[in-house]
Amino acid sequence: MLPIIFILPLLQLVILSNAATFEVKNIKFGYIDNDRSATSRALIEKFGASTYFNVLQAYPTQIRAGAAMLRGEVDVVMEIPQQFARDLQTEQHHTLGVTINAIDGAAAGVENVYISQIVQSYNQSIIIDLSQISDAQIQPVMIETIPLFWYNETLNYKTFMVPGILVLLVTMITLFLSGMNIVREKEIGTLEQINVTPIKKSQFIIGKLFPFWAIGMALLSIGLIIAKLIFNIPMLGSLLLLYLYTSIYILVVLGIGLFISNFTDTQQQAMFIAWFFMVIFILMSGLFTPIESMPKWAQLMTEFNPIKYYVEVMRMVMLKGSGFLDILPQLIKTLVYAILMNGLAVWSYKKTT
Amino acid sequence: MSHDEVIKVEGLTKMFGDFAAVNAISFEVKKGEIFGFLGANGAGKTTAMKMLIGISHPSSGRATVAGFDVYTQAEDIKKNIGYMSQKFALYDDLTVKENINFFGGIYGLTRKRIKEKSEALIQELGLENVANQLVGALPLGWKQKLSFSVSLFHDPKIVFLDEPTGGVDPITRRQFWEMIYKAAHQGTTIFVTTHYMDEAEYCDRVSIMVNGKIEALDTPKKLKEQFQAESMNDVFLKLARG
Repeated sequence: MLPIIFILPLLQLVILSNAATFEVKNIKFGYIDNDRSATSRALIEKFGASTYFNVLQAYPTQIRAGAAMLRGEVDVVMEIPQQFARDLQTEQHHTLGVTINAIDGAAAGVENVYISQIVQSYNQSIIIDLSQISDAQIQPVMIETIPLFWYNETLNYKTFMVPGILVLLVTMITLFLSGMNIVREKEIGTLEQINVTPIKKSQFIIGKLFPFWAIGMALLSIGLIIAKLIFNIPMLGSLLLLYLYTSIYILVVLGIGLFISNFTDTQQQAMFIAWFFMVIFILMSGLFTPIESMPKWAQLMTEFNPIKYYVEVMRMVMLKGSGFLDILPQLIKTLVYAILMNGLAVWSYKKTT
Repeated sequence: MSHDEVIKVEGLTKMFGDFAAVNAISFEVKKGEIFGFLGANGAGKTTAMKMLIGISHPSSGRATVAGFDVYTQAEDIKKNIGYMSQKFALYDDLTVKENINFFGGIYGLTRKRIKEKSEALIQELGLENVANQLVGALPLGWKQKLSFSVSLFHDPKIVFLDEPTGGVDPITRRQFWEMIYKAAHQGTTIFVTTHYMDEAEYCDRVSIMVNGKIEALDTPKKLKEQFQAESMNDVFLKLARG
C-alpha cells in the first residue's frame, strides 16, 4: 500500500501538470477566400505562420464551412469578402467576417484575441504599404502597450499549475486516508477493542493523525523535488515557510477526514462524503478558475475552503517569494481551522455509545 | 477464595427505542469466579456485556465493575478489565509481537515489562516461529488463544470473553478452557458468554438470559436439579423454548 500512496500522486503530478493547461493552441482554422488576391493570401499566411493556428483548409462557401464546424473539423472560420484588396486601397478600411465555435466560451475569447492581434499586425504592415503609395503625410497613430509579465515572465502554464496540483495531491491522499481510517477499524472490529482500553480520546486521534501527517509531508517533499527537476518550477520563497504552512494545513485536512470517519459507519459512506467535499474544495479553490470571477455567494463559500488558502500560499511562496508576513492571514485562518477540525474530531470520537 | 463481589448489577436496562434489549437484569459475580453468561442469539448477552465494559451507556439501573460505576467511571473500569470480542479484534496487519507491544503500551506497561512478558507469553503459546509474522496469517485457533492472552496481558481483575471459542476445533477449545482455568486460578474473574453447553458445565455459576431477562442463575449442578435435566443442554432448551 505504501508504494501506491506515493507513486499514484506523483504520476498525477507529472500527467496533470502537462495536460491541465488553459493555453489555447492548435486552433483549427478554416477560411473562405472570396477575394483570391495577393492581399488576402498574405493575410491567410499570417495565420499559418502563427503557432496558435493550424490552417486547415479553404472552404468554398459559408454553408460548407458551417457543416465542417458542425462535424468539429474546424473551430474558427474567417471569411474574406470579394474585392477585399481593392476596397482596402480605395476606402482604406474593410471588415472581415469571423465565426468562432464558442461552446467553450473562455477558449473562444482567447481565440478572438489571437485573431485580432494577427489582423492588427497585418493592418500595420498594410498601413505602411498604403501610406507609401498614397499620401505620405498621413501618419498612422498607434498606441502600443508593452506588458511586463511579473512572477511568470514566459507565461508558462506549468509554472502556474504545478504548485496547484501539488496542493491537490497532498490534500487528496491525506483526506482519503484519514477519512477511511477510523471507519475501517469500525468495520473490522478493532475499534471496539480500542474502546475498551483506557486510551484517551486525544491520544487516539493524535496517534491516528501523525502517520498521515508524515505521509503528507513526505509527499510534499517528493512533489517539490519533481517540480524542480522535471518542470523547473522556481522556488523563490522560503522552503521552511512552505513546510511550516503545510504542516498546519495537513492537520486541517486530517481533522476533516477523521471527523468524516467518526460520523460514518462504512468505508463507502466515508468515501462518498470525502469525494463530495473534495470536488467542491478543488473546483472552488482558484486552482482552475479564478475565485474573483465567481459570484459573491460562491466567493464567500471559498472562505471555508482550506484548499483555497493552500493554493494561494503555495503560489505566493514558490512563485512570488512571499514572506511570513505576506502569508500571515492565510496562516492564521488555517491554524484556527486546524484547531477547530481536530477539536471536532476528538469530540465526535465516542468511546461509549 | 475471597467472597467480595467484583461485578454488581441491579436492574440494568438497555432500551433501543421501545425495545428492551436488556430488561432489568440483576446479578453479582465474585472474585476469581468463572461466570457463564448464556442465552440464545439476540437474548441480549452482548448488549449487557457492552454496558459492563463501558462502551455502551445503560438506559437505567445500576452496575459497578471492579468497584467502579459504569455511568461515571467507565475509563477506570477499562483499566481493570480485559475484553475479547466475538470478532477477532487484534490487528491483522501487525505481527504477533507488534500486537502484544501495542496493546501492552496502551495499558501503560513499561517497555521492559512488555518485553519480558511477551517473551514468556509467546513461548507459552508456542508461537516462537510465527512471532514476527502477521497475525492475519495465523489459523483461527491460534488467533483466539493469542487474543485471549492479549486481553490478560495487563493482569486485569476481570476478563470479559464474548463467545471466545466460536468456530474453533474441539482440541483448541479444550486448551482454551485450560487457559481460562489457569487465569481463574490466579485470581482473575472470568465473565464468559458461550453457545456450547458443555462449556457451561465448566463454569462455577451460570446465568441464562431469555429475551433480555435473566431467567435462571445458579451453579450448573443446582440448575440441573432445579429443571430436572440431564445436562446443561436440556436446561437451556427448557428455558429458551419457554
